[in-house]
Amino acid sequence: MKPRTMSHDSVSSAVPTQAAPVLEVKDLHTQFDTRAGRLPVVNGVGFRLEKGKVLGLVGESGSGKSVTGFSIMGLIDAPGRIASGEVLFQGQDLARMDQRALRSLRGNRMAMIFQDPMATLNPVLRIDVQMLETIRAHSKMGKAEALVHCRQTLARMGIPSPAERLKAYPHQLSGGMRQRVAIAIALLNDPELIIADEPTTALDVTIQAQILSEMQQLVRETGTSMIWISHDLSVVAGLADDIAVMYAGRIVEHGSVDAVLDNPQHPYTQGLIGSLPSANQRQRRLQQISGMAPNLLDLPPGCAFAPRCPRAQPRCAQPPALVPAVDAGVATPHATAQINAAPGTLHTVRCFFPGPAPDLSRSAA
Amino acid sequence: MNQRSTATPVAARPPADPGKVQSIWSQIAHDFLRSKPAIFGLVILLIVVLMALFAPYLTPQNPYDLMQLDVLDSRLEPGSQSMEHGYTYWLGTDGQGRDLYSAIVYGLRISLLVGVGSAAIAAVVGTVVGLIAAYAGGKVDALIMRVVDLLLSFPTILMALMILAYMGKGIGNVILTLVLVEWAYYARTARGQALVETRREYVDAARGQGIAQWRILLGHILPNCLPPLLVIAALQVARAITLEATLSFLGLGVPITEPSLGLLISNGYQYLLSNEYWISFFPGVALLLTIVAINLVGDQLRDVLNPRLQK
Repeated sequence: MKPRTMSHDSVSSAVPTQAAPVLEVKDLHTQFDTRAGRLPVVNGVGFRLEKGKVLGLVGESGSGKSVTGFSIMGLIDAPGRIASGEVLFQGQDLARMDQRALRSLRGNRMAMIFQDPMATLNPVLRIDVQMLETIRAHSKMGKAEALVHCRQTLARMGIPSPAERLKAYPHQLSGGMRQRVAIAIALLNDPELIIADEPTTALDVTIQAQILSEMQQLVRETGTSMIWISHDLSVVAGLADDIAVMYAGRIVEHGSVDAVLDNPQHPYTQGLIGSLPSANQRQRRLQQISGMAPNLLDLPPGCAFAPRCPRAQPRCAQPPALVPAVDAGVATPHATAQINAAPGTLHTVRCFFPGPAPDLSRSAA
Repeated sequence: MNQRSTATPVAARPPADPGKVQSIWSQIAHDFLRSKPAIFGLVILLIVVLMALFAPYLTPQNPYDLMQLDVLDSRLEPGSQSMEHGYTYWLGTDGQGRDLYSAIVYGLRISLLVGVGSAAIAAVVGTVVGLIAAYAGGKVDALIMRVVDLLLSFPTILMALMILAYMGKGIGNVILTLVLVEWAYYARTARGQALVETRREYVDAARGQGIAQWRILLGHILPNCLPPLLVIAALQVARAITLEATLSFLGLGVPITEPSLGLLISNGYQYLLSNEYWISFFPGVALLLTIVAINLVGDQLRDVLNPRLQK
């Protein structure tokens, strides 16, 4: 596991935790109507995100983490729809907002960064055209002024000779450079919220590290809140303040990075941490979570993880609620007590039998 | 073909040359000029276009000015001397005493005007309709595409004959007719391409940036649909010219006083059996060269712009 160096104190002391959150998602349900039936892709997700904080949204493919991000942005298309729940962005409910008002927020007050920088930049438009479009969609800035702003934003993302890059087409830039451009486009209008949907997954590890550190710096400087969607716990560990682990459309464990990663309570979270290759001991077989992600059309009646869970018992046929983690019998009681005493996100877990992991993954984590 | 294999290493071009920034269009131009037949076609086409543009300066006679025609000079062999005007009829004269060389150059004008004009208008109309179909979807899409299917399943020449018979002769009417029978090709391609492009991630990204739908459609999706449409347009110019020649040959195209290439061929047709071959032959050669040149250029455009051959 990478060291978690992100300083919580600097951010949390600057912003009182009691302030109104930038984003509050309440019991969000997003469904897709398919021929085979109704897919509950996001099934009652809720969290708060305060100013300047980073939430890591973690889960396997198909756990609904990306759809959660798209739902917040209002980018869910038919056959999908937000069936119920609230997405409160600075107090306004985005889930009930009309498209026009939503569009004036998108790319302006909130922005999204996508996974594949090859696909998110328009291949036939020059970088300056694409950046100017985003500025013009939201402000009346003159062209010369806007171009200066584009150059500055590119430079802020660590792009050398930005004036030249502005005249380039996407295919003339490397993958890392393209993702920097895509991030710069997201930053153009100084959004309060950035939703990053696995933006470093498609990149080399070295480039990934560069971009991560730039994002870290950026959040610290601008006080932008961010949701970082990823399947990669080690990336999230270095960047996020809070982590929400998703499984089959639900949050199964939620809390501060330290609480969730040092003291995972849900067997699924423990499985995720245990299956990191870096957690593995040499010469030993890599660990994995047995079984497959469930079919959303045919979810088990209670806990969705029960069929794969080593702790499953008859009671797991009832749906468990998200409850505060009970930290009795924890290996490091001192650390846990400290974390739960500190102001911040309450460590919660959706399991009837939470508890520390068995020795094997414990030693790894 | 051989030029295709030489065009393949295009994909191996360096992805990012920090020194110089090359535009997509200069790359396309570069790839285009790799094929010798395409260069040949382009040169012929340029000559044809220049001749048509500067026809009055390149010809001894205005074939549409009846005052300049001399009936005594009719059906002279190539290379004959004019009785009155003192110039040589290098390609002979037709039944009205027109200098065939002048008539061909002026005829090229009409043919190119009709071909390019109708292809351009049809491209704009068809693309807009196709984009509307792709964007609107549902019933609008179904209705538009059934009309397109109907048009495409009908023999073009038959439909053109019907429309022209109803509207009457004239260059404007010929262009209108060709637009009516050809827009469907563009509409079908534009719709298909737009449907593919709409699902690409850059469209999501553009929406995520809060850009208005119509701007995404025209500013982001349309430019990505252009390559196949350009290819169709190039080939449709040739088709339109042939169709105009056919219609004129059948006597339904341009007026007899302003002959296009097709009408010139038609006029000479009656003299073919009396060994006065040149009246039909030379306009036919001009038509052939033009069509072949356009098709060579169009084929190479297709190879260069086809993403499957590129990557």
